[in-house]
Amino acid sequence: MIEMKDVWKTYPNGVMALNGIDIYIDKGEFVYVVGPSGAGKSTFVKCMYREEKPTKGSILIQGTDLAKLRERHIPKMRRKIGVIFQDFKLLPKLNVYENVAFALEVIEETPKVIRQRVMEVLDLVGLKNKARSFPDELSGGEQQRVSIARSIVNHPPVIIADEPTGNLDPETAWEIMDIFKQINERGTTVVMATHNKDIVNSFKKRVIAIEGGRIVRDEQKGEYGYEV
Amino acid sequence: MKSRTLKRHFAEAFKSLGRNGWMSFASVSAVTVTLLLVGVFLVVLLNLNHLASQIEGDVEIRAYIDRTTKQTEYNDLQQKMEQIPNVNEVKFQSKEDGLQELIKSLGDEGKAFSSLKNENPLPDAFIIKTKKPQDTSTVASEIEKYDHIKKVDYGQGTVERLFKVTGVARNVGLVLIVGLIFTAMFLISNTIKLTILSRRKEIEIMKLVGATNGFIRWPYFIEGFVLGLTGAVIPILVVVFGYEFLHGQVNNQLDTVFVKLLPVYPMVLQLSVMLAVIGGLIGIWGSMTSVRKFLKV
Ligand SMILES: Nc1ncnc2c1ncn2[C@@H]1O[C@H](COP(=O)(O)OP(=O)(O)OP(=O)(O)O)[C@@H](O)[C@H]1O
Ligand SMILES: [Mg+2]
Repeated sequence: MIEMKDVWKTYPNGVMALNGIDIYIDKGEFVYVVGPSGAGKSTFVKCMYREEKPTKGSILIQGTDLAKLRERHIPKMRRKIGVIFQDFKLLPKLNVYENVAFALEVIEETPKVIRQRVMEVLDLVGLKNKARSFPDELSGGEQQRVSIARSIVNHPPVIIADEPTGNLDPETAWEIMDIFKQINERGTTVVMATHNKDIVNSFKKRVIAIEGGRIVRDEQKGEYGYEV
Repeated sequence: MKSRTLKRHFAEAFKSLGRNGWMSFASVSAVTVTLLLVGVFLVVLLNLNHLASQIEGDVEIRAYIDRTTKQTEYNDLQQKMEQIPNVNEVKFQSKEDGLQELIKSLGDEGKAFSSLKNENPLPDAFIIKTKKPQDTSTVASEIEKYDHIKKVDYGQGTVERLFKVTGVARNVGLVLIVGLIFTAMFLISNTIKLTILSRRKEIEIMKLVGATNGFIRWPYFIEGFVLGLTGAVIPILVVVFGYEFLHGQVNNQLDTVFVKLLPVYPMVLQLSVMLAVIGGLIGIWGSMTSVRKFLKV
């Protein structure tokens, strides 16, 4: 499903964020990515949907190498991956409904299907009553949930989430986790970078720990492994 | 692209125009101001050009003929003149007609010449009009070489100076209008660029969510076009109604003079189309050049 071979990433300013990453993530897996701040977690996941291009190495998503992907094929690839960004990345001039609908408009869905699916996911993330609100009228947690709704609305085979519970109180965080559980049970691969020790330790899944741009630990049913 | 997607792009463009209210307003204002300048300037220039053409159009060559010339030679002469490539028409004016015209043009004083009717001192003449007024002097010197031609008269000296003046005026006008249009393009595209610059993040996000460049571009394309076209509305109204009013006022005053302003129609219609096209194109151009920069995510 997702395979990285000897991936290196050096930012233009000289920061070496990834230093030789090798990983294989199978279809339907649920993977936590943990590690201290600045370890390279975000860079690691950004390479998967090509927000960042690795300096060296290859990344295969369902068999296609991202590094060799032509510019015009990138949009198609990105539609296969639902991304929940650390900074949400909602379109500021579009309301909640429109933000979520956008992911379906780009694949030219019919208005009928769009309406139905958007209301479905808004219901799922508990934001049906805020459909007409604009991002700057929402709390951090609500924006996060819009971002989640948008990432899952077109049923992508992979969901990548960068700290999806970062801005949420423990209760909401667990509600969000329930959503991830659900979509994972449907067969969706989930890769989730997180600092949430509670969640990692109680909902046990594969844990990949990154430090200084290298994978230092990779265990099934792993622990968070850091003190908070 | 599916038709419902095109519909979506139109809806998106108009939504965005509304939600970016102030930015849209700024862009439309920039277009309005510059097109107003272009429009007014064009009206002035076209009229000056028209004026120059009217004056130039009055230029004609008079070729006076020796009294000894026979009737058949007249015909030969006329034919020869008509065959000069740049000549438009050759008219014969008998000495009687010539005198009549002279008396008329002199008004009261002319009456003194009435007595000359019996011993008319004027020779017969051909009046030659060239296709382009600027060719007058070359055609004149050509005709001068012919036999039986006593004298050629076309206002030598004055006419050359007139053409020099109108020629320079036309070129200056052309340079000014081109300069003005470029300034307009620069100003408008800069304003539109600013509005889209503020949407750089928006475009990046769209790309990260899987939108193709074309998908992102369409609404901006429509938006730019609508902005430009909207900006042309006031200038068009000003040109149409302003000129109609001005035309009425000025032509009343100019009643006695031989020059006239350009008729209101079709000029204002042509100008309106031109302003609308310039507005629309500049709008599209401005938004497309700005979007292009951000599409490389
Ligand atoms: N766009 C960028 N340009 C330059 N350096 C960057 C950029 N993004 C990240 N970095 C640097 O790369 C390193 C890894 O950053 P990254 O965002 O991947 O860390 P992280 O593990 O996600 O941290 P956090 O847990 O705080 O989100 C850091 O040293 C960071 O300063
Ligand atoms: Mg991060």
